[in-house]
Amino acid sequence: MIHSLFLINSSGDIFLEKHWKSVVSRSVCDYFFEAQERATEAENVPPVIPTPHHYLLSVYRHKIFFVAVIQTEVPPLFVIEFLHRVVDTFQDYFGVCSEPVIKDNVVVVYEVLEEMLDNGFPLATESNILKELIKPPTILRTVVNRSTNVGDQLPTGQLSVVPWRRTGVKYTNNEAYFDVIEEIDAIIDKSGSTITAEIQGVIDACVKLTGMPDLTLSFMNPRLLDDVSFHPCVRFKRWESERILSFIPPDGNFRLLSYHVSAQNLVAIPVYVKHNISFRDSSSLGRFEITVGPKQTMGKTIEGVIVTSQMPKGVLNMSLTPSQGTHTFDPVTKMLSWDVGKINPQKLPSLKGTMSLQAGASKPDENPTINLHFKIQQLAISGLKVNRLDMYGEKYKPFKGIKYMTKAGKFQVRT
Amino acid sequence: MSAAPAYGEDKGGSAGPGEPEYGHDPASGGIFSSDYKRHDDLKEMLDTNKDSLKLEAMKRIVAMIARGKNASDLFPAVVKNVACKNIEVKKLVYVYLVRYAEEQQDLALLSISTFQRGLKDPNQLIRASALRVLSSIRVPIIVPIMMLAIKEAASDMSPYVRKTAAHAIPKLYSLDSDQKDQLIEVIEKLLADKTTLVAGSVVMAFEEVCPERIDLIHKNYRKLCNLLIDVEEWGQVVIISMLTRYARTQFLSPTQNESLLEENPEKAFYGSEEDEAKGPGSEEATTAALPARKPYVMDPDHRLLLRNTKPLLQSRSAAVVMAVAQLYFHLAPKAEVGVIAKALVRLLRSHSEVQYVVLQNVATMSIKRRGMFEPYLKSFYIRSTDPTQIKILKLEVLTNLANETNIPTVLREFQTYIRSMDKDFVAATIQAIGRCATNIGRVRDTCLNGLVQLLSNRDELVVAESVVVIKKLLQMQPAQHGEIIKHLAKLTDNIQVPMARASILWLIGEYCEHVPKIAPDVLRKMAKSFTAEEDIVKLQVINLAAKLYLTNSKQTKLLTQYVLSLAKYDQNYDIRDRARFTRQLIVPSEQGGALSRHAKKLFLAPKPAPVLESSFKDRDHFQLGSLSHLLNAKATGYQELPDWPEEAPDPSVRNVEVPEWTKCSNREKRKEKEKPFYSDSEGESGPTESADSDPESESASDSKSSSESGSGESSSESDSEDQEEEKGKSSESEQSEEESGKRKMKKRKKVAEGQGEGSSSDEGSDSSSSSSESERTSDTEEEQVEPDSWRKKTPPSSKSAPVAKEISLLDLEDFTPPSVQPVSPPTIVSTSLATDLEGLTLTDSPLVPSLLSPVSGVGRQELLHRVAGEGLAVDYTFSRQPFSGDPHMVSVHIHFSNSSETPIKGLHVGTPKLPPGISIQEFPEIESLAPGESATAVMGINFCDSTQVANFQLCTQTRQFYVSIQPPVGELMAPVFMSENEFKKEQDLQAGH
Repeated sequence: MIHSLFLINSSGDIFLEKHWKSVVSRSVCDYFFEAQERATEAENVPPVIPTPHHYLLSVYRHKIFFVAVIQTEVPPLFVIEFLHRVVDTFQDYFGVCSEPVIKDNVVVVYEVLEEMLDNGFPLATESNILKELIKPPTILRTVVNRSTNVGDQLPTGQLSVVPWRRTGVKYTNNEAYFDVIEEIDAIIDKSGSTITAEIQGVIDACVKLTGMPDLTLSFMNPRLLDDVSFHPCVRFKRWESERILSFIPPDGNFRLLSYHVSAQNLVAIPVYVKHNISFRDSSSLGRFEITVGPKQTMGKTIEGVIVTSQMPKGVLNMSLTPSQGTHTFDPVTKMLSWDVGKINPQKLPSLKGTMSLQAGASKPDENPTINLHFKIQQLAISGLKVNRLDMYGEKYKPFKGIKYMTKAGKFQVRT
Repeated sequence: MSAAPAYGEDKGGSAGPGEPEYGHDPASGGIFSSDYKRHDDLKEMLDTNKDSLKLEAMKRIVAMIARGKNASDLFPAVVKNVACKNIEVKKLVYVYLVRYAEEQQDLALLSISTFQRGLKDPNQLIRASALRVLSSIRVPIIVPIMMLAIKEAASDMSPYVRKTAAHAIPKLYSLDSDQKDQLIEVIEKLLADKTTLVAGSVVMAFEEVCPERIDLIHKNYRKLCNLLIDVEEWGQVVIISMLTRYARTQFLSPTQNESLLEENPEKAFYGSEEDEAKGPGSEEATTAALPARKPYVMDPDHRLLLRNTKPLLQSRSAAVVMAVAQLYFHLAPKAEVGVIAKALVRLLRSHSEVQYVVLQNVATMSIKRRGMFEPYLKSFYIRSTDPTQIKILKLEVLTNLANETNIPTVLREFQTYIRSMDKDFVAATIQAIGRCATNIGRVRDTCLNGLVQLLSNRDELVVAESVVVIKKLLQMQPAQHGEIIKHLAKLTDNIQVPMARASILWLIGEYCEHVPKIAPDVLRKMAKSFTAEEDIVKLQVINLAAKLYLTNSKQTKLLTQYVLSLAKYDQNYDIRDRARFTRQLIVPSEQGGALSRHAKKLFLAPKPAPVLESSFKDRDHFQLGSLSHLLNAKATGYQELPDWPEEAPDPSVRNVEVPEWTKCSNREKRKEKEKPFYSDSEGESGPTESADSDPESESASDSKSSSESGSGESSSESDSEDQEEEKGKSSESEQSEEESGKRKMKKRKKVAEGQGEGSSSDEGSDSSSSSSESERTSDTEEEQVEPDSWRKKTPPSSKSAPVAKEISLLDLEDFTPPSVQPVSPPTIVSTSLATDLEGLTLTDSPLVPSLLSPVSGVGRQELLHRVAGEGLAVDYTFSRQPFSGDPHMVSVHIHFSNSSETPIKGLHVGTPKLPPGISIQEFPEIESLAPGESATAVMGINFCDSTQVANFQLCTQTRQFYVSIQPPVGELMAPVFMSENEFKKEQDLQAGH
């Protein structure tokens, strides 16, 4: 299965290597660098690169390439999924996953990687078990420098029937929080009509409960959830029969489920964008005007609005005035970004001005697409509502909280 | 440069309080010249007695290893610490050992005894870790020791140690492949393991060591299927892909007889896999009798696999979803493959690497099964922020999905893509338009017009790509497109991209008879600029000249000679060569007349139109989801996906003897406890409820079999005939006439339709089954209102019982008893009671109460399986009728059937061992039961209002079987007759107002 792992930063340095079988020389990465050069952009590096004796499978996250070396046939998604799991684990351990952090914690990283794979086959990938095996660094332990990373008691969680939960959990405040977060992916065409819209929802949980609690979560309208994927803790049968989520939660943060609502008529689009972007053939000036307004918001305010747009290469500079918020234009990358903030329905935010184009060059024949980011608190746009949360198996009364939020996912307006 | 920050931790460590003498100059970290000195430091630290110093040293060494620095010269100093008491030091030493042992084999041997001691440790985790490190040290000398350790660990008490043993197998195999035979023995042993922890790892070992030994899987096949949902994700992937291969060798192709499968109601029903997941119940399939050459009948084991993998489409792991998807693609009947589309589309939201792989597979699938993804067309629309490689794959899928109906939307979408800033992507889009135009004749002209418009695009790359595509399109029907060729001819003045110019010239030359006036003129212009052209264009100019000379020599003779003369002195030898060759061909000369006579045939031969097809065509001969498929080349170690066998191999090889079958109820419960998680869906609701749910699910399956055979096919047809007749009779009064019998019929029909939908629709069954479920619930409600009118309708379904028996083989329910039919005449009360009770229970199996026959509706429990009973199969049902002998007793119908070769004589109950309070009224002895025959007897049991188990013996003349009946709470009731008003009154009292 997975032979080796190389971590490569954006400037092409291999800053960590780990081998689970015989050592593979790091020169194998030359093939990767070649492909990287050909791809020009990091995200266009093919995830699978065949070389004469090995195959390189890579993922790119947090500006780091995680390159796995394999030698024999293995489902590529198996490796890719694992690499992403590695990144998630690092993030879980260190808060962020970046080159300096990995270098600072290189021993912990190495120990974690050692536990995650045995002879290239995944062994312990649940973060709850890993944390039992190898303790994440804490401020206290770095200060005192009694730095044993290895847990002193034996990691019995590995043996239990609920392998995702560590044993002997104790809290003084027992609390369970659930965040229902929905992202709208949409493509809006020139005239403002929706070409495609989907809702991608997740329920992220932060559960800090003593002992072995058994939770059930029920929804007011479970029928909305027709395409769901679960954390392994969820009892699938129970969901099939009663549409109730029943599970013994992992300890700490985890993603309970993610779902997908694709029926187009169900998706309410909470914002609209009016735009007028025009280039003229003769002059070297173009007009630029955007207005953002609320559409179907169910009475909630739209916050955190950010408008970004990749301008055509011919645009040299832009002189714009926003009615609110701040904007920047990077003349090198041609990226326009406008941080709008809250939308006040009485006074719609707008951004107006002119673009200066390359003199003499013909007008660009493509119009930029506008990417939109926004947040709406206290609303799940699909209408999903949690009915109740019950706990069995433990005596105490936990504190329970549920939060809803709608965000823009890949929300694009074509102009 | 990267070295300095990496030392942050080391510096912090060594500068810590207590050991300033080892304080380390920060600069030396990055300088190689100081390597020697530093290593001396480390050696010294490792030799001290202080654990903290050792730890510090080990940490630095591991950091070196992580950065790829060579630390091998420290080996002797490190290996000494292998027995260190400090756990972390020990762990880091292990890390070091595993990395360098291969290079320093002799020294590595020093550590072996420590691990051997560890293998005997009372703690399972220490045993496991010792085995893990021991097997990771790649030193050939210790192969025998490893072999011994693996063998021992394979029969360890702890499943975790056994899992580690499974992991060790491929390690040893890669070290010494001569051990294969012994290792296969271990694998065989571990394959029989019943824990989920081991299953994934051992199958992985199987795949690496002996993937060809498919025979090892037979006995474990059903177990693996049933365990699958509880195995961890990585194991699931490996098991699923192995089972895909297995199924390809053992079952028949489900596509060979598609039409019959349309009727298969299995799909609506997949909720009932419960009984499968429960374990032993399924292990005993009644498959042996399946005729192989008959119209295709899916092997129940094949079905089992499909059914048990389906829930995994909802896994959070993309790898698992992909594995199930490929399993369905390769193994499922056409009608069922559709379910995977939704899950795959969901994966498109994931990381771009996942998208990349999934889209590759979708592209392949969408060529074979276009209909599957058509509903999700819009999910493949491209965003400007997608990476180019994703865009191009999505484009591929969109092109594959385009058909007569959706082509307008697809083309509109393409139109926006053409204006993208990403030029590679624009070029790919133009190619895609070309492919749509060739595939869908209706839009060919539209596409062509669109492409011609693109010719006036400002971007030359776009124009060039368009020209190339237009050229291909025109080749298909050149006659109609004189105009376009003229238009293209004009472009030669402006367009500079060589490939495009060449394409235009080729077109004009090829179809010069359609543009007789323009062609010579173009040649004239090209002759003028000949010397400045690119090589590829020059070659085409020569071609054009030659063709024109042959068709229109009067006008172009001189021009051609001029061009050929120019070419004769060209710098490029290809061009000189071509010129010489062409001249010889076309210009008649004295000696070479033979060839020039055929020159026209040579140059103007009709050329086949190029076929524009997907690069993903025929990629599906690689197993989907595999690396080989992605690369479209066989990767090392790829296991070919075998073709379906012509004739099914013996299915009985998968039968597993279950010795203690009679105690199944106990066993089941025990199993449920130790069994992990998903299967005990009713876990919390207590044992009574789960016991209660069993008969329910079974009843559902019973009713299903009858619905399929009895009413589903024959009687629903006759129903509809009836209906039509009636329509003829009373077509006008039909609506007003609310005759109840007729309403019934309609309802029945609706149910049948609902099922038909469920099975034939290739949409995700989630949605369709939920809708049909709701339909059914509404039916149930109505049913309860008029149960007696329904009663009249039941006879047909029981009449068709013999048919039901035969066809019930189709429905693959292992539980369906061979032939027993209820004997007792059902009463109205019992039916309505049965339906009422249905409402009480909480099972997930979609109920079809309208098709229940009163007795089977209560659900059959198995008392004695036919294998355990040596041919005697016994089921029991709670008939929910008063027991005539004693009002305190519950009446239990016992159904016997003899599937053995010899008659069974003297069936009676012998010496019951009963808990206090429980009593049994035995059934009269059955004298003899001939082979193939079945009989029913009624016995009464007084359970004393408890759910205690009644154990008794079932005796024949020769044998005694110990059996037990445990009543679910719901069955411990006495039937009471009351009128509706009375009932309502009682109900009010219960409600407590």
